[in-house]
Amino acid sequence: MSEGMANSTPMLELKNIETYYGPIMAIRGVSLQVFEGQVVSILGANGAGKTTVLKTISGAIDPQKGQVIFEGKEIQAWDPDRVARLGIAHVPEGREVFPFLNVEKNLLMGAYTRKDSGVKADLAMIYDYFPVLAEKKEQAAGFLSGGQQQMLAIGRALMLRPKLMLLDEPSLGLSPALVAEIAAIIVRLRHEQGVTIVLVEQNARMALDIGDFGYVMELGRVVMEDTCERLKESSDVQEFYLGMKDEGVREVRRWKQRKTWR
Amino acid sequence: MTSEILQLLISGISQGCLYGLVALGFVLIYKATEMVNFAQGELMMLGAFVAYTFLDILQWPFYWAVLATIFVMAVFGVVIERVFMRRMIGEPPFAALMLTIGLGFLLRAVAGAIWGSDPRSITTPYGGGIFSIGDAVLGYENIAIVIGTAILCLLLYLFLRYTRVGIAMQAASQNQLAAYYVGIPVKRVFSLVWAISAMIAAVAGILIAPVSLVDPQLGFIGVKAFAAAIVGGFGSLPGAIIGGLIVGVAEQFAGLYLPPGFADTSAYVILLLVLIARPEGLFSTMQKKKV
Repeated sequence: MSEGMANSTPMLELKNIETYYGPIMAIRGVSLQVFEGQVVSILGANGAGKTTVLKTISGAIDPQKGQVIFEGKEIQAWDPDRVARLGIAHVPEGREVFPFLNVEKNLLMGAYTRKDSGVKADLAMIYDYFPVLAEKKEQAAGFLSGGQQQMLAIGRALMLRPKLMLLDEPSLGLSPALVAEIAAIIVRLRHEQGVTIVLVEQNARMALDIGDFGYVMELGRVVMEDTCERLKESSDVQEFYLGMKDEGVREVRRWKQRKTWR
Repeated sequence: MTSEILQLLISGISQGCLYGLVALGFVLIYKATEMVNFAQGELMMLGAFVAYTFLDILQWPFYWAVLATIFVMAVFGVVIERVFMRRMIGEPPFAALMLTIGLGFLLRAVAGAIWGSDPRSITTPYGGGIFSIGDAVLGYENIAIVIGTAILCLLLYLFLRYTRVGIAMQAASQNQLAAYYVGIPVKRVFSLVWAISAMIAAVAGILIAPVSLVDPQLGFIGVKAFAAAIVGGFGSLPGAIIGGLIVGVAEQFAGLYLPPGFADTSAYVILLLVLIARPEGLFSTMQKKKV
């Protein structure tokens, strides 16, 4: 998919972003491109800087250097609410809902920036995607289970009618069945709503299965980038992220093996 | 005997409403911005002086003067937020706390410089009238306090529950990051919270002025109101009002039935008792707030 689009301008582009947490450099010059209609996965271990990349895009953290360009506009260091009004919806890690508001009000808050009349219809659509939310619409969001809160957070982001969705670890702490359910929802969203998605995941298998293009991050840098198909074939990704082992090379000790990008 | 109790109860409720209103200001700002505004009592003092200016110096008609006072104080609240408090976002909480304490000193000094330190009183259309139930006598000023507080609480409730901005304000206070991500302009919400708190302070100032003389020290009522806010759970809006009522009523009874001195300390005695028995306050929010 990305091959065909390589000549058009990307919807979102990060150019040489450097972001610090206090004195610690969390991102050391990351560049990436997201084209309209794509699902782009960012993989990497804990502390690789994946979440920081998303926070830098949505404006929760300001980068020291580099540019974030969305639809031709430089948006680095904008306040997050202003970024949201451009149509970028960030679903943060850890199911950040409004715990004392009921489910329906949580969803309506997702449409806070919208003035159009389609909000009611979109609410019905969310309930169609997540029937469990319809059942619990009068309940305070804090009382939902983890998986339900994750669905609520995704549903709330959809209420923005986003052009671009940033999903941060949607599978974190969920049962395998729920992970599959969330993955199916992401695929559906992409086909039915035409939302462009940036997906950050530790669950590399899920990320590579539903993504078109993938970036592998390590210690604040992008160390590999390719289509997800080809990433799945890469022996490094197989070994370090998918946990597959080549039975034939028992002699090669894991700790002696060097990653090709080092 | 019963009329005596009734009398104490009634004056306690009207005094408690004032504590409750100031406590409401504390809690609103704390819930939304996680900063404690120790100048809340001074805002009320300022509201009383602004009302005095419109009513007795400029001789405006009462209702216009009330509206003008509320408006001026709302603008003042926004100015404080924009000029001082916004810089405190992300700074350690004690920095903001010291700032508001300093602001309180400043406001007392400025009020003294502008209006002088002689006690003033304001004229209201309802001043002086009394209303009696049996042997209990009730000034119209006290009735005005209770009715004013009730109306204000109702408006605030309707605003927070049913308006888009009100719900957004709740959202921002429950989860600031998520509020940002859905596009709520959190900083503007903070300004609004300060405006509302200052408006509440203005109303409290207008209501207290006829029953207690207005001077720059009036703001010290804020200390008792702070105790009331903690009794109510510091974080619960109805709790703030009820905490205020408890403190107000207890103060009246302590004044009559206990040795001299207990009236002024009763608020803190209650505070201690509540903190020992129920450290989270009487009306704590049901689950711990995520920061």
